[in-house]
Amino acid sequence: MADIAIAAPRSVSPTWRRFKDAFRRHPTAIVGGIVLLVMIAIAIFAPWLGTIDPQAVSPIRRLRQPSADYWFGTDMLGRDVYSRVVFGARVSLSIGIAVAILSIAVGLAIGLVTGFVRWADAIVMRVMDGLMSIPPVLLAIALMALTKASIENVVAAIALAEVPRVVRLVRSLVLTLREEPYVEAAVAAGTSLPRILVRHILPNTMAPLLVQGTYVCASAMITEAILSFIGAGTPPNIPSWGNIMAEARSLFQIAGYLILFPGLCLSLTVLAVNMLGDGMRDALDPRLARRM
Amino acid sequence: MFAYVIRRLGATLVVMTVVAFVVFLLLYLTPGDPAAILAGDAATGDDIKRIREKLGLDEPFLVRFAGWLWALLHGDLGTSIFTNLPVTRLIEQRIEPTLSLTLLTLTIALVVAIPLGILAAAKAGTWIDRAVMAFSVVGFSVPVFVIAYALILVFSIELDWLPVQGYRSFSEGFWEWLRHLILPSTALGTVYIALIARITRASMLDVLAQDYIRTAQAKGLDTGSILVGHALKNAAVPIMTIVGIGIALLIGGAIVTETVFAIPGIGRLTVDAILRRDYPIIQGVVLLFSGAYVLINLAVDLSYMFFDPRIRY
Repeated sequence: MADIAIAAPRSVSPTWRRFKDAFRRHPTAIVGGIVLLVMIAIAIFAPWLGTIDPQAVSPIRRLRQPSADYWFGTDMLGRDVYSRVVFGARVSLSIGIAVAILSIAVGLAIGLVTGFVRWADAIVMRVMDGLMSIPPVLLAIALMALTKASIENVVAAIALAEVPRVVRLVRSLVLTLREEPYVEAAVAAGTSLPRILVRHILPNTMAPLLVQGTYVCASAMITEAILSFIGAGTPPNIPSWGNIMAEARSLFQIAGYLILFPGLCLSLTVLAVNMLGDGMRDALDPRLARRM
Repeated sequence: MFAYVIRRLGATLVVMTVVAFVVFLLLYLTPGDPAAILAGDAATGDDIKRIREKLGLDEPFLVRFAGWLWALLHGDLGTSIFTNLPVTRLIEQRIEPTLSLTLLTLTIALVVAIPLGILAAAKAGTWIDRAVMAFSVVGFSVPVFVIAYALILVFSIELDWLPVQGYRSFSEGFWEWLRHLILPSTALGTVYIALIARITRASMLDVLAQDYIRTAQAKGLDTGSILVGHALKNAAVPIMTIVGIGIALLIGGAIVTETVFAIPGIGRLTVDAILRRDYPIIQGVVLLFSGAYVLINLAVDLSYMFFDPRIRY
């Protein structure tokens, strides 16, 4: 009897087996995805994670080293750095995701049109070439200098700098897809252009755009931190990771933890998003997976 | 080949014009009336109107663009609002530290990244390969100022080997100059090394699968000369492309690096200009960096003809 008990296969749910299978093939993507989910959970549940008001100043508790009471220490105004970093996850993640969605949406619209309308193509692509010739961080800085600091403006400025790359990608996809037999068949059958775009072209651009979206999200989070760090980003009263580090600039030598914790969180989140993106790219294009 | 060079130059000219237009548009959309700023607090409405007419600010948009472009072509980038000095002069004063930083970073990046990429490709699938790839993903994810502060913490504060901040001009001696630039260049170079190493590996793997590599192995050439003599030269085109495109990362990163290390370069100039809302400086810096970026990528494109004689277009 004992033998049978040992030999009997442990019951494994199909979901779990599928998960293990995916993990074996793309371990980095799964790890990235899990870390990202944890970060998103932290962002959503920030008020319930033992935080106090991230804006509450407490002059008698300035610049405390990390301790049991203040896990990440306190800053020069006595604010709890742990609370600020946890709430900062909200700002950085929302900006990253918002920029990804916005730039993909705008880039997709422009790219679909330029891929099909020849006269628009020449003009739009020259403009995109011009925009791409301005280093993205610099373009975002120039745009932020024009407007007042707000989260919406940061999202718009970074998204505008990312749009040309999305347009390029969509256009190249459309140029390939429009030569496909099923698209030619649709044209021959007299399908209208908007219908072809929506029914035949759009669904086929989704997978590469999903991958591109993760890279845009990762780079947007870094750009936000850079903009905030040099004083051209999220308004200073909002605790984004970039802002927490910007405030610590002059205090770095006496309070390195002020930069360490937000810096680690930012790096870890960006790393997770990049790993997820790499994994999705490998899953979608196995030919590329062996090389990159 | 000549036709290709001409065509490429033409395309560059178009791109530069678009860049100039975008930058002018930014200037045009700038909030605040430059005439009112110049006139000062005691000015009357008539004074402001006179200044506006004198500066041509009441001209139509395209006329102003033409005038601005004409001045630009004569090397006039306008005048800084805060210091009242020509922007070109301010840039000239700050160019040496930025050039030193970017050129040293570029050198370090190429010297480290290409051998790293070759090594990863030659040892594909081993732990060396995986380590290089892991470094590449991590290096791409950690923001430059986080790396910069980590380096300062270890090498300047704990070990006291290198200066925390500051810059020494090349004329003050090579060693002092280098000592102050090692940490900034390493911090700035990390993301660039990650990028180049990754593409070098991918490009080398492509080439190493070719028949002529097997032929070279069959005739008994040693691994080193196969990798460098045969493979690297043929893998060079994608690598050069990424080196060119990656300059954009270098420029964005340089602004941050100069801030962290208190290097008095163009990046510092930009950050100060942002704080003072000194728009002409910001426009000038955008034009300068974009122009440099476009020209470098033109040079990269033209270098393909050297690396790959088949490319004649």
